[in-house]
Amino acid sequence: MNVKAQVSMLFHLDKCIGCHTCSVACKNLWTDRKGAEYMWWNNVETRPGTGYPTRWEDQERLRGGWEPKDGSLRLKLHGRLGALLKLFYNPALPDIKDYYEPFTFRYSDLFDAPAADDQPTAIPVSAITGEPIDIESGPAWDDDFSGSGIYARNDPSLAGVPEETRRQLEELERIVFNYLPRICNHCLNPACVAACPSGAIYKREEDGVVLVNENRCRAWRMCVAACPYKKVYYNWNTGKSEKCILCFPRLETGQAPACAHSCVGRIRYMGVLLYDADRIPEAAAVPDADLVGHHREVILDPFDPAVIAEARASGIDEDWIRAAQRSPVYRFVKEWGLALPLHPEYRTMAMMYYIPPLSPVMSVVDADLFRLDLADGEGAFELFDRLDASRLPIRYLANLFSAGEEGPIRAILRKMLAVRLYRRARTVEGEAPADLERLLESVGLDAESAEAIYRLSTLPTLEERFVLPPYHREVAIESLADPLSHKGLTGLGFVEPPARGE
Amino acid sequence: MSDWKKETVQPAERRWEEFYRNRFQHDKRVRTTHGVNCTGSCSWEVFVKDGIVTWELQATDYPQLEAGLPPYEPRGCQRGISFSWYLYSPLRVKYPYVRGALLDLWRAERAKGADPVEAWARITADPERRRRYQEARGKGGYRRVRWDEALDIVAAATVHTVKEHGPDRIAAFSPIPAMSQISYAAGSRFASLVGGAVLSFYDWYCDLPPASPETWGEQTDVHESADWYNARFIAVMGSNINMTRTPDAHFLAEVRHAGARLTVFSPDFSQVAKYADWWIPVHAGQDTAFWMAVNHVILKEFYVEKQVPFFLDYLRRFTDTPFLVEIVEEDGRARPGRYLRAAELPDRAEEEHADWKLLMWDESRDAPAMPKGTLGYRWAQKDRGKWNLQLEDGATGEPIRPRLSFADAADEVVQVAFEDFQADRVALRGVPVRVVQTRRGAVKVTTVFDLLMARFGVGRGLPGEYPASYDDEGAYTPAWQEATTGIHRDTVIRFARAWADNGARTKGRNLVIIGAGVNHWYHNNLLYRSAVVALMLTGSVGTNGGGLAHYVGQEKVVNIASWAPIAFAGDWGMPPRHQNTPSFHYVHSDQWRYERGFGVYDKLAGKAAHAHTIDQQVDAVRRGWLPFFPQFDRSSLAVAKEAREAGAGDDGAVVAHVVDRLRRGDLKFAVQDPDAPENWPRLWFIWRGNAIGTSAKGHEYFLKHYLGTHTGARAEELARDHVEEVVFRDEAPRGKMDLVVNLNFRMDTTALYSDVLLPAATWYEKDDLNTTDMHSFIHPMQQVVPPAWESRSDWDIFKAVARRVSELAEKHLPEPVEDVVMLPLQHDTPDEIAQPRVGGRWWAGEVEAVPGRTMPKFRVVKRDYTRLYERMVSMGPGIEKNGVAAHGLRIPAADMVAELKERQPIAAGGETRVSLEEARQVAEAILHLDPASNGELAWRGYKAEEAKTGVPLVDIAEETRGARLRFSDIVARPRRVLSSPTWSGLVNRGRAYSPYTVNVERLVPWRTLTGRQHFYLDHDAYLEWGEHLPVFKPRPEMEMLDETRMSRAHAEGARLFNYITPHGKWSIHSTYGDNLRMMTLSRGGYPVWMNDRDAAEMGIRDNDWVEVFNDNGVFVQRCVTSARIPRGAVFVYHATERTVGIPKSPMTGKRAGMNNSITRARLKPVLMSGGYAQFTYFFNYWGPTGVNRDTFAYVRRIEKPEF
Repeated sequence: MNVKAQVSMLFHLDKCIGCHTCSVACKNLWTDRKGAEYMWWNNVETRPGTGYPTRWEDQERLRGGWEPKDGSLRLKLHGRLGALLKLFYNPALPDIKDYYEPFTFRYSDLFDAPAADDQPTAIPVSAITGEPIDIESGPAWDDDFSGSGIYARNDPSLAGVPEETRRQLEELERIVFNYLPRICNHCLNPACVAACPSGAIYKREEDGVVLVNENRCRAWRMCVAACPYKKVYYNWNTGKSEKCILCFPRLETGQAPACAHSCVGRIRYMGVLLYDADRIPEAAAVPDADLVGHHREVILDPFDPAVIAEARASGIDEDWIRAAQRSPVYRFVKEWGLALPLHPEYRTMAMMYYIPPLSPVMSVVDADLFRLDLADGEGAFELFDRLDASRLPIRYLANLFSAGEEGPIRAILRKMLAVRLYRRARTVEGEAPADLERLLESVGLDAESAEAIYRLSTLPTLEERFVLPPYHREVAIESLADPLSHKGLTGLGFVEPPARGE
Repeated sequence: MSDWKKETVQPAERRWEEFYRNRFQHDKRVRTTHGVNCTGSCSWEVFVKDGIVTWELQATDYPQLEAGLPPYEPRGCQRGISFSWYLYSPLRVKYPYVRGALLDLWRAERAKGADPVEAWARITADPERRRRYQEARGKGGYRRVRWDEALDIVAAATVHTVKEHGPDRIAAFSPIPAMSQISYAAGSRFASLVGGAVLSFYDWYCDLPPASPETWGEQTDVHESADWYNARFIAVMGSNINMTRTPDAHFLAEVRHAGARLTVFSPDFSQVAKYADWWIPVHAGQDTAFWMAVNHVILKEFYVEKQVPFFLDYLRRFTDTPFLVEIVEEDGRARPGRYLRAAELPDRAEEEHADWKLLMWDESRDAPAMPKGTLGYRWAQKDRGKWNLQLEDGATGEPIRPRLSFADAADEVVQVAFEDFQADRVALRGVPVRVVQTRRGAVKVTTVFDLLMARFGVGRGLPGEYPASYDDEGAYTPAWQEATTGIHRDTVIRFARAWADNGARTKGRNLVIIGAGVNHWYHNNLLYRSAVVALMLTGSVGTNGGGLAHYVGQEKVVNIASWAPIAFAGDWGMPPRHQNTPSFHYVHSDQWRYERGFGVYDKLAGKAAHAHTIDQQVDAVRRGWLPFFPQFDRSSLAVAKEAREAGAGDDGAVVAHVVDRLRRGDLKFAVQDPDAPENWPRLWFIWRGNAIGTSAKGHEYFLKHYLGTHTGARAEELARDHVEEVVFRDEAPRGKMDLVVNLNFRMDTTALYSDVLLPAATWYEKDDLNTTDMHSFIHPMQQVVPPAWESRSDWDIFKAVARRVSELAEKHLPEPVEDVVMLPLQHDTPDEIAQPRVGGRWWAGEVEAVPGRTMPKFRVVKRDYTRLYERMVSMGPGIEKNGVAAHGLRIPAADMVAELKERQPIAAGGETRVSLEEARQVAEAILHLDPASNGELAWRGYKAEEAKTGVPLVDIAEETRGARLRFSDIVARPRRVLSSPTWSGLVNRGRAYSPYTVNVERLVPWRTLTGRQHFYLDHDAYLEWGEHLPVFKPRPEMEMLDETRMSRAHAEGARLFNYITPHGKWSIHSTYGDNLRMMTLSRGGYPVWMNDRDAAEMGIRDNDWVEVFNDNGVFVQRCVTSARIPRGAVFVYHATERTVGIPKSPMTGKRAGMNNSITRARLKPVLMSGGYAQFTYFFNYWGPTGVNRDTFAYVRRIEKPEF
């Protein structure tokens, strides 16, 4: 056992409202500058949809992540042609069209336009060239089902969803969408790190944050291609790659990342997970059907004395272990089994987790009349007994979160509905009746865990959502300088910005 | 991490991490908020680095409410978090600007030696020069000027307008004070001291739900968002919570997990539909039909087939259902008439205000009884202390057991006529009645409950046209609604049962969250009432987690009692000229000229006095129902002077003189001839709002008739042969406004089209107060950085204008003058009992002209323009003398004013007064003088309310009596307001605010005719309009609206769509939508959303350009095609700007307009009804609203247009 600690984020998608506040928080803080205009370290996708960059999940083209080969893993990127060849030409890189050409408007014309016979307007121009531009794509181009016939219909994760179901997704009977906020997954088995010819990318020992060293980056852009989530971006101005840094300057000062802090849907949770690094190679290489289970196995029980002992032996501080024990992410992922990683089949062992969303009951349309698809005598939350009448196809969610396996998705949705039934019974129909306990039992819960899930899903304060470990920066600084000297010197500006790369 | 741990990367290699650490370091963080009309009122932290605002993040320091409720944090959305972009952006207004064409004229006159006022007089008196700068409006040519020069122009225009035309030719528009109360007050205080008309906003924005004053006598009173968490069944309709209530949406997501059911009604699969249990796509604007059928089912299954004691008890105690209504004979038909009044009964006729004391049927005595709490008790002089909801006879004190129905105790069953406006027929249904001996003889009466049963077609075995079953398409059955809503009857029945069952089990924790998607339709009042009925029938109003939660506009100025006198100069004893803006724009921007009148599209039960809205408008002004400014066809100063010259010795004689001249017809109201030059508004101040853009319903008519510049309107004038009371001038004036002044921090549509543009401080550059109904905290706006470049706060700008006006007045208006101010009958005053019936026309000699009874009131006001500035910055004696007041409640506050004088004195006119010089001082004054932030004043308010009601109330305020919120307190962290007698909710000890809990728990009456919630409305006009009972009226059809007559000829390749403008995701109205963040996350424009199949049929692909047009104007944008949008409708998320990325229209060859280019104002005349109980006028409270959802427009694909 090789115990390590990861600071992880969890997204309760059932609560996500697709507002993109997270995206703007991140942009204001980190990518509001030349060369970074098009970067959205945090973006929010409407799904079904093609996301950003468009069809990033199409690994046949973009070749991100790992593939199993003879019982071990190799980068999909390196699978066909030699890595060396790709140093110079990389067809798997998304191009500007897959992202978008950043644009702005000639706002100053509104002030400067001379008197004329028509009203001035600020025309759109390219943020790169300054020339007039036709805006044809953007970072949330298919937001809220925009252009559904082009984008939603061509969502790569609809693969395997029956044709009839796919057709219904554009009809009153079943139309539905949800949101998928995404940041870097700060993976346990990061393809970007493996792909970097310069060794510029590393996973931080203390918290698992994956960073591109801006001094060492040599603009190979292999990381951009290798990341199956397309969460590394090339800065055309500095000639370096950049990516989500999980707001480590905030984490190091006890503050949640800006995206999580600003999440008004209160969908995000942060906490420490302890994991067994020794088990990663095996867990990442199992057949698709076993990925979810093995992924969960890698995460360790922070209350287990053996784990605690090994954690101590690995140099993990007591207060990090305590943080892991109080971690809301741990509870959702491991204790209650309610959350899953995004696309586990990419085998990078993504360390951000998602609780899949509920959706409305389907309907029947006959003779132009809309009728809810309800059976006689059904009570509240009828989907509990008829999950297949959910508007979001189970198979689709499975493609996103469980490598196509529907079982884990069904189990999660039924648990969420059971908690709702339980709470309704408690607050509307009096005390929980005995058959309600049977109902909870049927999904693997009891009154205590149902109550705990309810509380953490709806009532948590900031401190309960974000259980952040203390970083002991003084110790880290001590390895480079005397903290007392550093106290007097920090911020004086002797750190130069990285020089331009290739 | 521990130092001995082996790092895979050497520490020295990680030094570079400082790159991002340095970026994150900042110099200062300041808590503040945004002053935008989103209802959000979020607590933000703004980060400053190098003296530059670099970013903002939400503050998370909200105090928590009671245990078991989720916390508020964090609040703030994608739009708010993009605000810092504006400060240093190329859209920022950094300096004062004046349109070049005007500036040249001005400088030429000034160079010739004219003083500023003379210069302005000469320019505007010359039609050619006036036209020259008017036609240049909006077409570039802005020039930067010095502040002094800009202020000279503005002040000169002000003085000249007062002197030449009269002060009420000055219009002042700023919306939504709650979002920055002091900035609003800056201009409204200035305008009120000048005597200008202050224009309303809540009604014009169509944020006002008229059903609220109709039902509750209340403008709007709603739940703070945390209270959603107490609901167990939520119906969301016309409100896209995720999009528009973004900071609070989490309560909705969360309460589902607490066990609540969520049903979303929306014609599109909207953002909030995603987590509904049930999504029900009722056809756009047809929700009324659905709810009418829901009510049918509830009445049948929960009132007839079984009874729910909780429901019955609730109806008896808190609604008008047990009140007696007379059944009258009209044209051989029995119809519901007016409530039976004590004045009708021989033994009660001598009661004080007997016309206003209504009756119930007491089961015990089997006779009419006169319950307490009706309007007659509210304004009692003798009979005080009985205005409460105790079920006791007001005269005898005996308990009343109100009978809800005469069904099993009828003297007879009368076949009563009920209008079916959809089938255009009348149905006769049996209604049980009792015969009562009145002073007029025997009359038949029934209860409101019995009328409701008949209205909804629930037969109870009574004879008449009652539907036999749910499958019968008789009125308001589940089968009946199918054709209108597109929803199967089974779904209606399922919903209704679940709804009522939840109400019964939870004692009324049924919540309707409702918004603009519903409120912007012509018949919005009926739509709202249909849902309100379903709430009242399930006992769901006045309880936590139950009721109608209407969220449209940040209407709630929590500290209204202290803010209002400061904002409208009440401290100086000046009654403000409050103008309802829908009427103002409908009339002055000449939109009335383009329609044939409401008779074409509104259906009536009886006959209205007129068939054109403008004539109803004129009558409403003459009757004192609505205000209108300019008021007379000559200066109100001249009228006063003339009265004095004619020998009027005192104010009363001046008024008598005015009334006499009006009666004789040699003085007229301006509204009777609005296009005459002497009746035009001349000078328009616009601040904190986008009056020419976002809020200009009929934008192109504004450009044409107000501004006199280019226009996209091509509509035909149709009114000529349809009007009676108004002068129709052959030539419609173009360019009524002499000057448009805009205070702005960004170059928006209004800024682009104004004459003088003054650089305003942003929300991060000034101090202010901000409140909302979404939560119960008061937020400060704090100056994070000083106003950038040459910008100034609104408070400082209006102070500067006031100072310059005072200086110019020394020469031009040196002496105090008298002004006759016209006021309509006012809500929450004894005016509510001024007109028991709609009486005769004084102007036709049918009745006497009595101010405040049969006509408006008039007040004589003394103005001294040389002292304008002094009064602007000091608090007048009014508050010391009269206290602060709201909703008819007056609270003494002289000692509090004295305390303020100690803290912030100013010498003014030889006296020491409270200084209002600095915005922060204004904030302190507002906080210290309001019961919501001063516990002693809350206590006194409840004490005063006890005297009126006779029920104990002061205990509510005991525990917070010592509380005094100061600006420094709310700066430190958000502070919760106190339970206040000026509001109807109770917030003690962290309880979530829910409206009307004080009514239900403490038996304080609603401010209505019966003192109860109204199902029935017996205003004579409502009886005529057939809206006395909840009713379904069909949507005005496209061809009735006359908006496509002229454009039809240009419609080749185009198709007609219902044009819908919901609130959008990437803007708050027009704010934020033009900034680069939001433009980037959206599609770089303001797209037209269309159903993908509609698009395919027209050859339109996603992101193609389309031209949207009708007779009102044209709009060109790219198209988004989506299966999410219902067929036959296009959505343009309002509000667009014509400043960013708007190409030329291929059809007109000119710059295409904005979303309001397609709309036009259309007023619903029944909402002009006034002079009666809850129908009396109050600013932003009552009157017709600016509806705009019924519009149709052509859409066609175009090739890439020119910019």
